[in-house]
Amino acid sequence: MSVVIKGASILGQKTADVYVEDGVIREIGVSTGSTSGSDHSASEVIEADGLVLLPGLVDLHTHLREPGREDAETVLTGSQAAAAGGFTSVLAMANTNPVTDTAEAAERVLDLGREAGLVDVQPVGAVTKGLAGEELAELGLMARSRARVRVFSDDGKCVGDARVMRRALEYVKAFGGIISQHSQDPSLAPHASCCHEGPISGDLGLPGWPGVAEDVIVARDVMLARHTGSRVHVAHVSTAGSVEVIRWAKSQAKKDGTWEVTAEVTPHHLLLTTDLLRGYDPTYKVNPPLRPAEDVEALRAALADGTIDAVATDHAPHARHDKEHAFVDAAFGMLGLETALSVVGTVMVESGLLDWAGVARVMSTAPAAIAGLTGHGREIAVGEPANLALVDPSAAYVVDRNDSLSLARNNPWHGRTLTGRVVGTWLRGKRTFGA
Amino acid sequence: MTRHLLSIDDVSAAEIHELFETAAEMHDVQRREVKKLPALRGRTVINLFFEDSTRTRSSFEIAGKWLSADVINLSAKGSSTSKGESLRDTVLTVTAMGIDGLVMRHSASGAAHQVAQWLDIPVINAGDGMHEHPTQALLDGYTLTRRLGTLEGKHVAIVGDLTHSRVFRSNIKSLAKLGARVTVVAPPTLMPSGVGDWSNEAGFATCYDLDAVLPEVDAVMMLRVQKERMSGGYFPTAREYTVGYGLTRPRLALLKPGTPILHPGPMNRGLEIAADAADAADSLILDQVSAGVAVRMAVLYHLLAGEEALA
Repeated sequence: MSVVIKGASILGQKTADVYVEDGVIREIGVSTGSTSGSDHSASEVIEADGLVLLPGLVDLHTHLREPGREDAETVLTGSQAAAAGGFTSVLAMANTNPVTDTAEAAERVLDLGREAGLVDVQPVGAVTKGLAGEELAELGLMARSRARVRVFSDDGKCVGDARVMRRALEYVKAFGGIISQHSQDPSLAPHASCCHEGPISGDLGLPGWPGVAEDVIVARDVMLARHTGSRVHVAHVSTAGSVEVIRWAKSQAKKDGTWEVTAEVTPHHLLLTTDLLRGYDPTYKVNPPLRPAEDVEALRAALADGTIDAVATDHAPHARHDKEHAFVDAAFGMLGLETALSVVGTVMVESGLLDWAGVARVMSTAPAAIAGLTGHGREIAVGEPANLALVDPSAAYVVDRNDSLSLARNNPWHGRTLTGRVVGTWLRGKRTFGA
Repeated sequence: MTRHLLSIDDVSAAEIHELFETAAEMHDVQRREVKKLPALRGRTVINLFFEDSTRTRSSFEIAGKWLSADVINLSAKGSSTSKGESLRDTVLTVTAMGIDGLVMRHSASGAAHQVAQWLDIPVINAGDGMHEHPTQALLDGYTLTRRLGTLEGKHVAIVGDLTHSRVFRSNIKSLAKLGARVTVVAPPTLMPSGVGDWSNEAGFATCYDLDAVLPEVDAVMMLRVQKERMSGGYFPTAREYTVGYGLTRPRLALLKPGTPILHPGPMNRGLEIAADAADAADSLILDQVSAGVAVRMAVLYHLLAGEEALA
C-alpha cells in the first residue's frame, strides 16, 4: 500500500511530493508536477497543490466518554471526529465511569482505541482514586500496564489538596510521568461556579468563577513542581494571571534544569468570550469558563511566544438532554476535535501570530513531547512514521453542528465562519479521513 | 411574536407607565365587593414553581383568579437537578396540556429565558435565581410612584445582599426607566461582581456607608439577608451586619421625615430591618403586597388578554 501526496507545502514551507509506503515516509522529492518520478509506483496519488502538510495532530485533552456515557460519545465516534480534525493521537481523559484509575481500566480504553483504529488513543490515568482528590490512584501500575500511562489528571476536578498534589508530583518521577492539573481552587470557585466573575456574572446573576481561582493553583503547583523536581502540566489555561505565573516559572525551570512546567490552551479560550453567556445558552457553559477579551489576548500572545506549549481541545461531548437544563444545572463542556485546527488557523495563522510550522509545533510536536508519545509529533522526513494531516489553508467554511462525526451536538462554533480546514489524515500511512 | 416578561429589559418606560395605569384600575377593583373581571375567562395559566414561594405564588394566583383565568399551581421542586428530567422536557410536558400562559419561578438564573425559547406562549418570570424578579420591581415602582407622585429625579437607596438579589437586579433597571437615581449600599462582600464597571454603565452609585446615604434619599428599600450568607462568610455575624447595614431604630432618625420604607419580604426582623422600621407609619411593606396583586393582574392582562397587549 502506497500513496504519494503531491505538491503540498510541508509546514507551509517548501513544496514537495511525499511518498509513503507501509506506513512510513519513504521519499520526499522535489515536486515536479504530474510527471514526478516518485509516484510511478504509488497506488494512490493525492493532488495537493496549494495545501499544507502537517504532522498528524496530537490532542492532550479529549473526553471520549466511553466507558459510561456511550450515548454522548464512544471511543469510535470520538476517534472519527479526531481523525476528521487532523489528529492521529488523542489523550483520553480519566473521568469516565468507571474512572480510569487502574491498569485494567487504562488497558480497556487503549484496546477500544485500537479496535476503532483511527487514532492512537492514549489513556490518561486519574491522579486520585475515583477522582476524589484524597488517595493516589495506582499510578505505577497504570504506568507499567500495556497502556504505558504517563499523563495523570483528575481533570474536571482540581487536585485541591497541596499534600496530595505534592505526593503525586514526587511519585511519578519514578517513571517519567507528568501531572496535568485542572487548576480550580475549590473554595474560591466551587462546583456551581459557571461564569467568569466580573460585570457579566454580576449582571446575569450567575455564580462567579474568578480568574484568581485558577491563578493561585497554578502558582502553588509550579512551586510544588520546583520543590519536588517534577513535571507539572497546566491544563486549559484561561487567564492572563496564569500566563504570567507560567512565564515566570518557565524562566526559573530553565535556570534550574531540574523541573518542568508546560501548559495548554483550548481553541475556545483563544476565541470565545464571556459575553456569549448573555443568552444563557448552555452550549457556552464550559470549565474553566469563557473569559473576557483581555484574557483571550494574553492567551494568544502566550501561545505565540511559547509560554503556552500546546493547543488541546478539551473536547467534551454531551447528550442533548444534559445541556437542556437551566444554565447552572447543565453539563460543562463543548466539542472541539473537528474544529480545533480551523480555530487555530483563524485565530493564530490569519493574524500572523503563528505560521504553519508554528501550528505543527503547538498541535503536534509539543503535545507529543509532553505526553511522551514517541511515534507522534515527528518531523516530516524520510524514515518517519506517516502520521500526517493535510490542510487547505484558505478554505473558509461555516460550521454546521449537524455536520459532525461526534455523537454530540454541543458545538459552540455552529454558524461561525472559520478558515483553514483539514482535508485528509493518515495514521501510519492509512487514510483515516478524507475522500 | 409572543410577548414575555422575563426581565425589565423587556418593557420600555412607556410600557411601564401603561402597566401602572392598568394596575391602578385593577387596584380599584380590589376594593370592590365583587372582585372578578371577565378578562381572562377560558384562559388557563400555570404557576410553575421550581422553588418555594408563598407570597409570589399566591399573588399570581389571586391575580389570575380575579381576571377569571383558570390557575393551576404546580410545584416542580427537585426537577431542576441535572440528574432528573431536563428543564426542557418538564416545561414541554406541562404546557402540552393546553396552557395559555406560564408563570415560572426557578432557583437558576436565566431559566425563564431558556424556557421562553422553547415555548410559544407568554412566559412571566416570577423570579429566576439571582437574576431578575420583574413583577417585584414593577410593584415596587408602582407603590413608590403612588406614594411620591413621580420617581423622576427621586433618589432611592437599595440596601442589603445585592450579590444574591434578583429584586435588586430588576429594580436597578426599572427605577432607571422611571427616572430615579439609585444608590446601592452593602458591605463589599455583598456587592455584585464587577459592580464598578457595571454601575458606571447602568448609572447607579455604590456606597459602603449606610449612615451617609440615608439622609440623602427619598425612599429606602431594604433587602432580605438570607441566613445561609452568614455561613458563606460574607460577613462575620448577624449582629455586626445589623450594626453596619440594618435599618435600626436610631437610623430611622437619619431619614428625612416621611421617607417611605420598602422591603420585598419575607423580612428578618431584627436583622436587616428593625420592628420599629417595618411597622413605621412610613413603611409601605403591606402596600407592596396589595400592589403586587394589582400589578400582576395588569401584567397578565397585557400579555394574555389579546391583541391590545402591550402596544
